[in-house]
Amino acid sequence: MNDAAPMIDIRDLTVTFTGGRKPVHAVNGVTLSVQRGEVVALLGESGSGKSVTLRSLLNMHPKHRSRLNGSVIAAGQDVLKLSGRALADYRGRVASMIFQEPLLALDPVYTVGAQIVEAIRRHEKATLAVAQARALALLQKVRIPSPERRLQAFPHEMSGGMRQRAMIALALACNPQILLADEPTTALDATVQIQILLLLRELQRELGLTVILVTHDIGVAVEVADRVAVMYAGRIVETGPVREIIRNPRHPYTQGLLASRAHDAMSGARLDAIPGAPPDLAALPPGCAFAPRCRFSAAACLAEAPGSVAVGPQHSARCLRLAELAAA
Amino acid sequence: MLIYTLKRLLYVLPVAFGVSVVCFLLVHITPGDPLTAVMPIDASAEQQAAMRAAYGFDKPLPVQYVIWLGKVMIGDLGTSIASGRAVLTEVSRAVSNTLILSAVATAIGFFFGCLFGFVAGYYRGSPVDRLASALSVLGVSVPHYWLGMVLVIIFSVQLNWLPATGAGPGGSADWAWNWDHIRHLILPAITMSVIPMGVIARTIRALVAEILSQEFIQALAAKGMTDRGIFRHVVKNTAPTALAVMGLQLGYLLGGSILIETVFSWPGTGFLLNAAIFQRDLPLLQGTILVLAMFFVLLNLLVDVLQTALDPRIQRS
Ligand SMILES: Nc1ncnc2c1ncn2[C@@H]1O[C@H](COP(=O)(O)OP(=O)(O)O)[C@@H](O)[C@H]1O
Ligand SMILES: [Mg+2]
Repeated sequence: MNDAAPMIDIRDLTVTFTGGRKPVHAVNGVTLSVQRGEVVALLGESGSGKSVTLRSLLNMHPKHRSRLNGSVIAAGQDVLKLSGRALADYRGRVASMIFQEPLLALDPVYTVGAQIVEAIRRHEKATLAVAQARALALLQKVRIPSPERRLQAFPHEMSGGMRQRAMIALALACNPQILLADEPTTALDATVQIQILLLLRELQRELGLTVILVTHDIGVAVEVADRVAVMYAGRIVETGPVREIIRNPRHPYTQGLLASRAHDAMSGARLDAIPGAPPDLAALPPGCAFAPRCRFSAAACLAEAPGSVAVGPQHSARCLRLAELAAA
Repeated sequence: MLIYTLKRLLYVLPVAFGVSVVCFLLVHITPGDPLTAVMPIDASAEQQAAMRAAYGFDKPLPVQYVIWLGKVMIGDLGTSIASGRAVLTEVSRAVSNTLILSAVATAIGFFFGCLFGFVAGYYRGSPVDRLASALSVLGVSVPHYWLGMVLVIIFSVQLNWLPATGAGPGGSADWAWNWDHIRHLILPAITMSVIPMGVIARTIRALVAEILSQEFIQALAAKGMTDRGIFRHVVKNTAPTALAVMGLQLGYLLGGSILIETVFSWPGTGFLLNAAIFQRDLPLLQGTILVLAMFFVLLNLLVDVLQTALDPRIQRS
């Protein structure tokens, strides 16, 4: 792998779940590349396919109930072609994941220390003592107070913030190059949220991690990300550097998200600034999936899905009416 | 943990007291007199009174209870009217025989129950699952004395492979782990194992399905654990419940084996109870029930303590 190649390269990824009565098209042609050491936030409403995209990076979808197309290359490995032992070796070692609710993502009957030690010994030939020392160092690194004691603690014996720190320690146990974080702070209080985000950012810089962070909260994206990719109905509708997206959102959906955020801040309650509901992923319209909810939609929007258009350096959006809206 | 155990032990005392009172009263609520059965029919009123006084039946009930309890405490459960042997001897022989039968049956049931339960839970909806589920439903619903008789007809009468009744050459007194004895154990143990097998299989299946749907299973896969590694986590998560169910099943078998022990003439507590009832041997009946009830109470205690020790989520305070 040469240095110029992106660390993560997702091309035309589609994910369809075939388990139910109708196939669910959760991801519909996502293309995204992430450079080494870059932090990208996947932003979007609940159900827009963020987690499904993220899980594809670990090839985590149930084999017989999902259909994946396109390609996912991470650290030079063709992830969707991995299986069995090779896949298990890749997971946790090359790329690892932080989950939204650590209380559910940690095994309740194993101590935190045992779970970290297990991960280390799964990927490396370390003696128990060495692995335990590493686990202790990891807890120190994520700044868990009295780490010796915490190694012996069960997940339910820790607070939400401590648990998420432990989860981060677990994810970093085998020095992965890629960190995937699925709403890592959604389950936490606001004050704890910011601490965890700062910790993530700090660790990312120190270890040179490549990060994809999934969130529905644009504030979180601003806090840690270099670049934002906005998802709607399984597509990336706009992507660009964080500042650019905040200051100059071009897609009507992104504009709606930012407006709803402003409402949130003012009223303290969750107001739906974008009227309507996301489309049924089992019956997607042929045109722009956002058109039925879009204030600016025209007849052409319903007919064909818009392609990606560059609107600035590193900034692109998928909307047929970009030019007209910009002029207005 | 120690404090929890002691506390739990304290809760046992009132239950034990209640059990002992019920057992004591058992003799007094049955129609007639405990002595009627043994007294000569033509005994005179004076003879009867003398005998009552000799057994202490002329004193008020609470006093009788205290005297009785004092004797129980030092292991004196009276004398069997039918055999003339100490009740304690009879009961402890029977208990050890029942324990052997129930423990072996529970072990067989636990092994196959876990096997079916795990397979069914892992491959839900598959033919294997349906087969395992059918077997476990069958295990719970087939009358076991009937199953026992069917097994006897096949393996003892038709094939003549295994003996139909008894506990082997030593009779009820000396069990030994040799083939001469074990061949007597096989049929009753298999018959009995069908009950815990069904219950354990269904419990494990539901449990495994529930555990596999939890997010930490995904998280384990995400950190690179192989299926085998994940299986270990599933097992450890099922262990507290599985062991609790196994303990309760063992307790249930210890008390509830009258039919099977009678079908196979297995000299255990069920067989003894049966004999005591039909011979109106009240001291024997009382002693057997008391011992069985205490057994059940202690087993419950053991299961509770064990489950607490195994499952870190149960509050230990
Ligand atoms: N294993 C699965 N089987 C079937 N449907 C799924 C599965 N995982 C996700 N989906 C569906 O895919 C869609 C996108 O889900 P997700 O990526 O989790 O959304 P989000 O953007 O909130 O993370 C949802 O409609 C969800 O119901
Ligand atoms: Mg999600």
